[in-house]
Amino acid sequence: MKVKKKTIGLVVYFILLMLPIYWMLNMSLRSNADILAFFTLYPKNITFANYIKIFTDSSWYMGYVNSIIYVALNTVISLSVALPAAYAFSRYQFVGDKQLFFWLLTNRMAPVAVFALPFFQLYSTIGLLDTHIAVALSHCLFNVPLAVWILEGFMSGVPREIDETAFIDGYSLPRFFITIFIPMIRAGVGVTAFFCFMFSWVELLLARTLTVTNAKPISAIMTRTISATGLDYGLLAAAGMLTIVPGALVIWFVRNHMAKGFALGRV
Amino acid sequence: MTLTLKWMEWTVPGAIFCSTIFLLVIAMTIWQTVAPSMERRGFLPIATTPGDRLFVGLLGGVYIFLAWVGLTSFTLWILLPIIVCWIIVVMLWG
Amino acid sequence: MEKWPNNKAWFLVIPVFVIVAFSAFIPLMTVINYSLQDILAPGQSVFVGTEWYKEILSDYRLHEALWRQFLFSGLVLLIEMPLGILIALAMPKRGWGVPASLVTIALPLLIPWNTIGTIWIIFTRPDIGLFGFGMNNLLGIPFDHTASSLDAWITVMLMEVWHWTPLVALLAYAGLRAIPEAYYQAARIDGASAWSTFFYIQLPKMRGVLTIAFLLRFMDSFLIYAEPFVLTGGGPGNSTTFLSIYLVKIALLQFDLGPGAAFSLIYFVIVLSFSFIFYQALLRVGKGETV
Repeated sequence: MKVKKKTIGLVVYFILLMLPIYWMLNMSLRSNADILAFFTLYPKNITFANYIKIFTDSSWYMGYVNSIIYVALNTVISLSVALPAAYAFSRYQFVGDKQLFFWLLTNRMAPVAVFALPFFQLYSTIGLLDTHIAVALSHCLFNVPLAVWILEGFMSGVPREIDETAFIDGYSLPRFFITIFIPMIRAGVGVTAFFCFMFSWVELLLARTLTVTNAKPISAIMTRTISATGLDYGLLAAAGMLTIVPGALVIWFVRNHMAKGFALGRV
Repeated sequence: MTLTLKWMEWTVPGAIFCSTIFLLVIAMTIWQTVAPSMERRGFLPIATTPGDRLFVGLLGGVYIFLAWVGLTSFTLWILLPIIVCWIIVVMLWG
Repeated sequence: MEKWPNNKAWFLVIPVFVIVAFSAFIPLMTVINYSLQDILAPGQSVFVGTEWYKEILSDYRLHEALWRQFLFSGLVLLIEMPLGILIALAMPKRGWGVPASLVTIALPLLIPWNTIGTIWIIFTRPDIGLFGFGMNNLLGIPFDHTASSLDAWITVMLMEVWHWTPLVALLAYAGLRAIPEAYYQAARIDGASAWSTFFYIQLPKMRGVLTIAFLLRFMDSFLIYAEPFVLTGGGPGNSTTFLSIYLVKIALLQFDLGPGAAFSLIYFVIVLSFSFIFYQALLRVGKGETV
């Protein structure tokens, strides 16, 4: 009886969790006139017009392309600098290691709003404003510390005897790192890449501040649509649904490792 | 592409502030490389290294500064020795 | 196990240091300079000393935003922590239900923040939203988050709880799974009730992860920007203008660089203090047995 009550509670919670998402899906499958005309719990006249518009109008789909470009750039940069650093933090003791780690963490916690304005000035000075690389670099501020933090957790889980044995066998550090160590923690690398991807994907303020037209991300395009008069809810909902897709896809691939990432409290 | 620092709007006090902190951190690093010190427990509720104490001192100094500016209208020149004393106290006995 | 002492490890850290320092130091130094001057136009500025700090510290709108922020963060913790623990306790421990509930629970965490705002606009609109429509037409309670500040608060809180309770639940779940089965067996032999099992075994064992969850939730709710910005734009009036939203309003929309910079630094120092506490807690948890 007790177990049943628990399960019922959990199911109710899951339904509540899914309800808002379902509602957006419902809206995205109806035309705007249809939405405003009457209230319905499920779409009666299903239309894919909203999705078709997004995939054919370049001012919409370029938003996704821009987002994906800078997010991918950011993930690559973050991972490639964070891997050696995380190894250093997990294996060695050096002067200022704790302080440095703390300083990195503060950047994960820093209010992005503080940096938005100087970033704008900085990137316009070096002529990178409205480019993908500018957004990718600025997102490094919080993604690199995050990547170091998550990777350090995974690396500390690997016994140090493995490193020692490899060094005795005559491996150099770079060779050991690339051929043995990284394959061993590939789950960790995957989870890290996932979180870098996600946090860069969800960030709005910096991406909006640093872009004008060429690199404008989908999040900024959606915001602009909201503030415009005569909102098209169906279109907005369809755009929103599409931003959920990458996360939902990746979550499926890392579902078995995700618990560990969360367990370390490193999100 | 012209690289200028003009947009940063440097001021003398700003430059002094930044370089002081920068030099302090460098000095700490050199000190700890030459003679590493152990963690110990002072009047602060946690065990700290000198680096931690410097951080706590500086952070506390900022709060003192904010309280001073927010609550009083005395000159800042009185404040400076107070903050320096505070940092020294934290460094020695914190 | 002791780590190997080796200062050459610094070379492995240099790339990270350079790339983060570039994004962290330059803006911070710029903000320090801005906070000391009245910038009339680029290259045309007057040194004003601590004038902006005085102004910002006595700005009643900032005080309001700060208290609002603490109230918000406090409420968030008060609701999300117990709720997250409850959900974690109810989640299945084995079988196909484990990955299924993990994926379901994690989904809200992975939705872009502005989409979260969008979802909740659509969900709570009185004319087209399920929640807003239900409140108004089925329960007969007038509800409009664009007009009433209380309704706006309720909506933002609901959104926040919906969005982030899963994180607490996942952390608590991970903590629960780390408790060895032997503890439960001992409890069964002693004939302990579910309550005493919870209070004397599960809760103390989860202390580490719960500390992390508490601090993460506090920090992130303290920095909240995108979701309420999209949902309410800080309104109606200023009722949901949290610190970040107010800061962006001053610095980026009104372009008051000096006060904005002073505000930024004060905000940054507050966050820095909490980060320090967070880090100390993290180190202590790392030394303990849990997690």
